[in-house]
Amino acid sequence: MIKVNCSVNGQKQTLRAHSMARLLDVLREEAGLTGTKEGCGEGECGACSVFLNGELVMSCLVPASQAEGAEIRTIEGIASGEALHAVQQAFLTNGGAQCGICTPGMIMAAVALLKKTPNPTEADVRVGLAGNLCRCTGYMKIFDSVLRAVQGANP
Amino acid sequence: MDRPQALIGRAVERKEGRDKVVGRSKYIDDITFPGLIHGATVRSPAARGRIRGISFEGNMPWDEFTIVTAKDIPGHNHVALLMNDQPLLADGFVNHPEEPVLLLAHADKYLLEEARRCVKFDIEPWPAVFTIEESLARKELIWGQDNIFKSYLVEKGDVDSVWNTADFVVEGEYFTGAQEQLYIENNGIIAVANAQDGVSIWGSMQCPYYVHKGLLPIFKFPDDKVRVIQTETGGGFGGKEEYPTLISGHAALLALKSGKPVKIIYDRAEDMVATTKRHPARTRHRTAVSKDGKLLAQEIDFVIDGGAYCTLSPVVLSRGTIHSAGPYFCPNVRVKAQAVATNSPPHGAFRGFGAPQSIFALERHMDKIAQVLKLSPEEFRRRNFIKDGETTATGQVVKDKVDMQALLTKALALSNYHAKREVFTEQNQRSKIKKGIGFATFMHGSGFTGSGEKYLSSVVGIEGTAQGKVRVLAASTEIGQGTNTIFTQIAADALGVAGDVVEVAQPDTKFVPNSGPTVASRTVMVVGKLVETAATGLKQTLVQSGFLHEGYSSRQFEEAVAGYVKKFGQLKAFSQYKQPPDINWDDAKYQGDAYGAYAWAVYVAEVSVDTVTYDTHVDNFVALQEIGKVMHPVFAAGQIEGGVAQAIGYALYEKVVWKEGRMINNQMTNYIMPTAVDVPPIHVFFEEQPYSRGPSGAKGIGELPMDGPAPAILNAIENATGLSLNHIPLLPEDLMEAIHD
Amino acid sequence: MRAHLPSYEMKTPASLHEALTLLANEPGKWRPFAGGTDIMVQFEAGKLAHRKFLNILNIAELKGITKDKEHLTLGALTTYSQLQANAVMRAEFPLLCQAGSETGAIAIQNRGTLGGNIVNASPAADSPPALVVYDAELELVSAQGVRWVAYPAFHKAYKKMDLRPDELLQRIRLKRNTAGAHQYYRKVGTRRAQAISKVCFAGVARQSKGLLSDIRIALGSVGPTVVRIPNTEAALNGKKLSSQLIAQARNNLAAEITPLDDIRSSAAFRVRVAQNLLEEFLCGIGSQN
Repeated sequence: MIKVNCSVNGQKQTLRAHSMARLLDVLREEAGLTGTKEGCGEGECGACSVFLNGELVMSCLVPASQAEGAEIRTIEGIASGEALHAVQQAFLTNGGAQCGICTPGMIMAAVALLKKTPNPTEADVRVGLAGNLCRCTGYMKIFDSVLRAVQGANP
Repeated sequence: MDRPQALIGRAVERKEGRDKVVGRSKYIDDITFPGLIHGATVRSPAARGRIRGISFEGNMPWDEFTIVTAKDIPGHNHVALLMNDQPLLADGFVNHPEEPVLLLAHADKYLLEEARRCVKFDIEPWPAVFTIEESLARKELIWGQDNIFKSYLVEKGDVDSVWNTADFVVEGEYFTGAQEQLYIENNGIIAVANAQDGVSIWGSMQCPYYVHKGLLPIFKFPDDKVRVIQTETGGGFGGKEEYPTLISGHAALLALKSGKPVKIIYDRAEDMVATTKRHPARTRHRTAVSKDGKLLAQEIDFVIDGGAYCTLSPVVLSRGTIHSAGPYFCPNVRVKAQAVATNSPPHGAFRGFGAPQSIFALERHMDKIAQVLKLSPEEFRRRNFIKDGETTATGQVVKDKVDMQALLTKALALSNYHAKREVFTEQNQRSKIKKGIGFATFMHGSGFTGSGEKYLSSVVGIEGTAQGKVRVLAASTEIGQGTNTIFTQIAADALGVAGDVVEVAQPDTKFVPNSGPTVASRTVMVVGKLVETAATGLKQTLVQSGFLHEGYSSRQFEEAVAGYVKKFGQLKAFSQYKQPPDINWDDAKYQGDAYGAYAWAVYVAEVSVDTVTYDTHVDNFVALQEIGKVMHPVFAAGQIEGGVAQAIGYALYEKVVWKEGRMINNQMTNYIMPTAVDVPPIHVFFEEQPYSRGPSGAKGIGELPMDGPAPAILNAIENATGLSLNHIPLLPEDLMEAIHD
Repeated sequence: MRAHLPSYEMKTPASLHEALTLLANEPGKWRPFAGGTDIMVQFEAGKLAHRKFLNILNIAELKGITKDKEHLTLGALTTYSQLQANAVMRAEFPLLCQAGSETGAIAIQNRGTLGGNIVNASPAADSPPALVVYDAELELVSAQGVRWVAYPAFHKAYKKMDLRPDELLQRIRLKRNTAGAHQYYRKVGTRRAQAISKVCFAGVARQSKGLLSDIRIALGSVGPTVVRIPNTEAALNGKKLSSQLIAQARNNLAAEITPLDDIRSSAAFRVRVAQNLLEEFLCGIGSQN
């Protein structure tokens, strides 16, 4: 076991973990942050997406050792208290979430996209979310949500 | 104060949506209990054979493990469904690869995985059957006397009188493959059990009362010693209709033996390799038509592959059979349908439930007949659409105010069909990318088939709380489709109150009545109607008891509820489904009113076929449907869009690769579902012809969008390439072979 | 998660020196681990035979993109995202950028490294065909020093490389000689994103006075390693494009690749699509002028 010193959603933490434990499991089991989901365990579905040092990654593919010293943000760190992030609000209003299991990862990918591309086209949104599989929505309402989150933020 | 604005028909906020977007919702793997240990299933490596021995190898502390075999089952060793032929754990004999044989539990989930690899089965292989053809030929008898789980014969008129005199007889054969539901949340269950209190189950599921019913015979417990609670469920699509019963049984057996809470979570590979898929199907059509384009006789031979055990195959077959003749009038119809056994894991419920298979065949066949007749696909269908007052294949008189002519006209206009067909024909001559446009016309029955709803006799309750809220009590589950929200809309409107007055109880068999399974596009139309009548009953009680006076506000309503509860201790109203006297079904003859109502649709697909890579991409999609009443415009469109995307996968991407009855591409990397860049813009349009027995006129829509896309896409591919392709999934490899043959 | 976690170990060396020392002292014991986008997948499936890993992701000497007049040099840990973001890469080596943009999706591109893609040695990897046609060179470092090898000769057989157990891939160097060349890359995968290739084709060529020259073609997923097709190339160089020449090239190509049937596609499909891509590549040269 190793100790992983990192910051999770802005809070300094020391997490106990096996050196090769998946960051996904460390977050869910050690940090108690179950908003990050496992959908495939093979880096394919994106449900476990988090930010690692500001970049979107799949937490099932990150061993605990590589989280040492890192700044991690999860879905639990996206809203400001009870005030939803514009992307979260847009998912809620526009049908971006159905069963909700892909939603945390999808929102992380959308927030990552908007950081890099603040005014995306639908094509940009599609590429930005291509690593996040959704079986409920057919993606249309998710595209709507991301595009409207932008409109909401830039009236 | 004015009554609040009606909620039905408006895009109100998803009831549990806030928790979902902030990551607060608790799915089964997010839940734990003190002392919880993990369970795993050890499965058959063989497709069929006698278990000669089980050995526990490796350097494992086996005495630390809870080990369960068929011998540990206190009651009946079966999964309670239609025939009870599927064992919970194989007892001496296996009938499909990955069949559960033995269960293990341990606190250390990593050691558990290692242990699972160290259990070895010695199996004497028996000859097995892997295809519909082998099963029908009785290459081996693997189930019953004839490998047939169920067969139906639907007869209308006299098809045999027509063949000799018809101008044309057109034949065709159509195949559809297995499909994985691929909900993003894998199956998972937690069980707590002891001999005194019985069994409690928490888990991801569509049908808590199926699980409840399934656990009773395993333990020989009375009703009140089994409690089933649905946790937030990350998608189902039918895949969590019957299968959670089996996992619950496993978890409960381990919990009972270990005395500890047991969690079984399948990983993706296990979920894909072991659980149910859509039934593969073969459909043969023989159709007599007159030279003026009228259907004279349809003979349809519909066979589905049920896998190794009967499970739900008879009812899947039923829906497929009834939908096989489509939204057309034909005076003479014979449908011969069979569900056959093979040595693969049982196929099961999946959105559409047999209908996508038979509708694929019919809608491809309709285009084929049109070609023979030298009519356009449009004109041929127009000459045969069923009208009010005409009868379907089962002799049901159509009473929906359906106008397929107008629906088709509108869908073709919305998709710019005629102009595109012309432009594509012209452009394709000069391009390596061949474009095409095609459509399918179809209907889908809402609710259980035939007498199903009568037998279910579902019950919904509604209760007042001490705080003045009302709570809907139903076992119908929220699995993403919007049950919580739509029940709230229905109850709030029936009560004339704001949405925040209504709560929806978590489905828990200890507290909610059996409103039936969450399947068959029945939740809004059937259960929703019961919510409405139960709410109306509750309001009447308040009015009659003098607590509530007409012209009330939401606030006054809450005061009335709180006052009533304070005075009488509780306020509850229930409503039970009663089959209307004019809905009649003859199970023996397979004749009568198959469904209370149908949704009707025309779907148009536009495709590009790349002759360099043989990729087919759907470029644009128009989905027009008549659904009675749009309860929630965003959710309704979301259902259609999700179904269309899933059906695009069914048509073009999602191939289950089988090897001796086992899925060998059981990873998301190798079983290909569409991503955000693979789906086209999906344009959804609704028409509303209210159905008198649905809440506010609503009919079912959940399954409908699974039916039409695949044939529309293959019709479009034929338009693009001239190739008549009649099997799905149609992969680039298949297209290459067809082009170069 | 099927791996027995306690049987695995990951060590994070503080420096390149420490990493190389470990690799030299216990050759074969420690396997380098960078972005993990492939190793973790095998690990989770319970199929990762190797047990001890060296986390090299923080080693500064393996990072960064530098340029001079003649070369662009990429640290082995350059991620797919980083290489796409580099202006010189985009202008002069678009095929590699395209390969990067089609490897997994964003979250994979943020983690996966070019060096990892090379030494993972999957015949279906997306960047090797581009690296081959750019005549990339690899710098391998060990406690004994560094050596340069030509990338096209690096892959010896299925998962066999010109790489000793004590060596790390340090840098990848590309010659800045692509100006004016016709460049083509096409990955044919199982879908448009998050896909594994069924055939992957990269080609560069020049044409002057109607004659083809400097043709380099490489393919992925059609053999045990990324392959170059010298016979096909030789028969094209110095020739004038014609439908007859293209037909001949298609035949030559089929004789030079040996794809297999597998879970994702068929050998017949791979051959025919490779031929079609070759034709598309060649026709593109024609239409450019």
